Amino acid sequence: MARRTFRGGVHPIGHKELTKDADFELYLPKEEMVYPLNQHIGRPASPVVKKGDAVLAGQIIAEASAFVSANVVSSCSGKVKAVEKRRSIGGSMVDCIVIENDGLFENAPGVGEKRDPSALTNEEILGKIKDAGIIGMGGAGFPTHVKLAPKNADAIRWVIANGAECEPYITCDDRLMRAKAEQILQGMDVMLRLFPNAEGVVVIEDNKPEAIAEMQKAAQKHDRIRIQPCPVKYPQGGERSCISVVAGIEYKITQLPADVGCVVENVGTIYAIYQAVCESTPLMERGVTITGDAVTRPCNLMTRIGVSCNELLTYAGGFKDGVQAAKMMAGGPMMGIAFDNLTVPVQKNNNALTFLRTDEVVEAEKLQTNCIRCGRCNRVCPMGLTPQMMSAAFAKRDYDRYENKLHGLECISCGSCAFICPAKRPLTQEFKVAKAEIMAIKREQQAKEGAKK
Amino acid sequence: MSAIVIATVVIGVIGIVVGVALVYIGNKFHVEVDERETAIREVLPGNNCGACGYAGCDAVAAAIVSGEASASACPVGGAPVAEKINAIMGTSAEAAERRVAFVRCNGSCDNTFVRNNYVGIKDCRAASLSGLQPWSCDYGCLGFGSCATVCPQNAIVVKDGVASVDHESCVGCGLCVKACPKKLIELVPYKQKTFVRCMNPDKGKDVKAACQTGCIGCRLCTKQCEAGAISVEGSLARIDYSLCTNCGKCAEKCPQKSIVTG
Repeated sequence: MARRTFRGGVHPIGHKELTKDADFELYLPKEEMVYPLNQHIGRPASPVVKKGDAVLAGQIIAEASAFVSANVVSSCSGKVKAVEKRRSIGGSMVDCIVIENDGLFENAPGVGEKRDPSALTNEEILGKIKDAGIIGMGGAGFPTHVKLAPKNADAIRWVIANGAECEPYITCDDRLMRAKAEQILQGMDVMLRLFPNAEGVVVIEDNKPEAIAEMQKAAQKHDRIRIQPCPVKYPQGGERSCISVVAGIEYKITQLPADVGCVVENVGTIYAIYQAVCESTPLMERGVTITGDAVTRPCNLMTRIGVSCNELLTYAGGFKDGVQAAKMMAGGPMMGIAFDNLTVPVQKNNNALTFLRTDEVVEAEKLQTNCIRCGRCNRVCPMGLTPQMMSAAFAKRDYDRYENKLHGLECISCGSCAFICPAKRPLTQEFKVAKAEIMAIKREQQAKEGAKK
Repeated sequence: MSAIVIATVVIGVIGIVVGVALVYIGNKFHVEVDERETAIREVLPGNNCGACGYAGCDAVAAAIVSGEASASACPVGGAPVAEKINAIMGTSAEAAERRVAFVRCNGSCDNTFVRNNYVGIKDCRAASLSGLQPWSCDYGCLGFGSCATVCPQNAIVVKDGVASVDHESCVGCGLCVKACPKKLIELVPYKQKTFVRCMNPDKGKDVKAACQTGCIGCRLCTKQCEAGAISVEGSLARIDYSLCTNCGKCAEKCPQKSIVTG
């Protein structure tokens, strides 16, 4: 049964007041646009344009190359400048399509046409979502058309719209729900058509009363959808936390949400589904929160995917008093990825750019001591793990114990343990490394077994 | 008196019954052990260090007999042990060439510069997963010494931000090759003396911006090489060790000093 809240969790300071009252401003990029081919989880897309080609906004420029992969759509009109390696927001050099933006944003034929979704079959809906290149826009970036096509669509009992937005600083989902409540619910109706036995639930943390009110008002016209406000607690926006409060189910890392009868999508993704299916508009735009105490004018921007972070920061007034930020992050401070180069492009799954004056990781490292065995990390872990023992196993590189005895692969890297740790241990980083190492060992074993056969 | 007789008879009967049972069970559950396996087990060092990648000396002996592992599978025993194993297995001793690890990076603190103040776990895998790469070169040695930690021979030292392997004490077990997240370490023939100490495949301009001694793919080395051992793929030189004569001419001509010899 539904629970009031999930297990564990922490209460970081929200800092949402910086951008909470800033409505979306439309920003159309002026400079060149860069589209990494691996913005999603899975195989990178393969380019279908070459240097010198003219492209229009909404045109597919790279196609999904495997089952788990997603299209990349141009969000501007112009000429393909290059297909080359560029630095992405993750820090590495990846294959990208670079487009010289002509500033006209001329749409490809058919983009923007209104369409009645009830005339489409389920396959056509999934096809539209796939063509639009939609991926999970909350952060992980799993291709949506794959998520919406589980083995048994009748077994899905809950379609959950994730509007929790528990990550500090970020407010773009909040603003999106306030501005586009009806469209989001129509997007949910499209999803609910795919799952005949499912109930639609929108999970919103109750620090967003305006968004809850808007969504509730809009939901009166939608029978199969209800709004579920829930207490403010990090990581409420995690897929597992959402399922825990809606369905009361906890599940293993080897299972997918679909295995326990749930489909969870971020509200931004659902809005993109609405645009793709009802308005024939592929994923070109997204809301990005520009925030942090190092920014002159924190704001929410509705901008085109592929724009450089530098352009957005300049639009937001640049660094406050011209002082370079000590920490720049894609996403929020809990799960965001730090980056060092402002020329990198905004991807489909970048919900925020956070610029902070103090690098708290550096500060924390100065205060780091040995584990004092207070056990607070055990109390806050939303997965019910024992971070202090996992950390000890990692220190000895005892990956067998880490994986099989302590179930360390269940860690969702939410950062609650490292946040609460009074000894300032870098727990989450240790677990990220441990998981990467274990996965590398597993891949090697699989390769060995494959070679034997 | 009768007590002694009874005891003797009882013990004797038990002895006979158990003896017969043991012989029967011994025959019934007999496990065929390859003689060669026992023989190989005898010549292996026997300290169960696991450097071969198997659970211990017994396991690697079984693997050698089944053909899964080569005769030179034991890195600790090296060539002498491999020779004996070859004699047992009846294979040729050709494969037992000594191999040692080599770090293909020369990006020391002087040659590269600090891009980010990396904070966090002092571990190469952790640093490579971070979005904030500590050094200017994306491909170079991170210098946290994850390879040195796993080396059973203490043959690796990190000096000036770059790991280097002492070829005399290296036994070529390959644990460091697996430990390096940047895949900079490779096993090379022991007699090889000339190496390209760079793994940056980027174009010359980008390499120069990142490191003072990176290979820029100028192809001067290929022109020097009389044996035709050097090829340039993309913009990174690679030496074919089976052809190289270690003449060292390429190292003399290399404008970036990314080829080293001796």
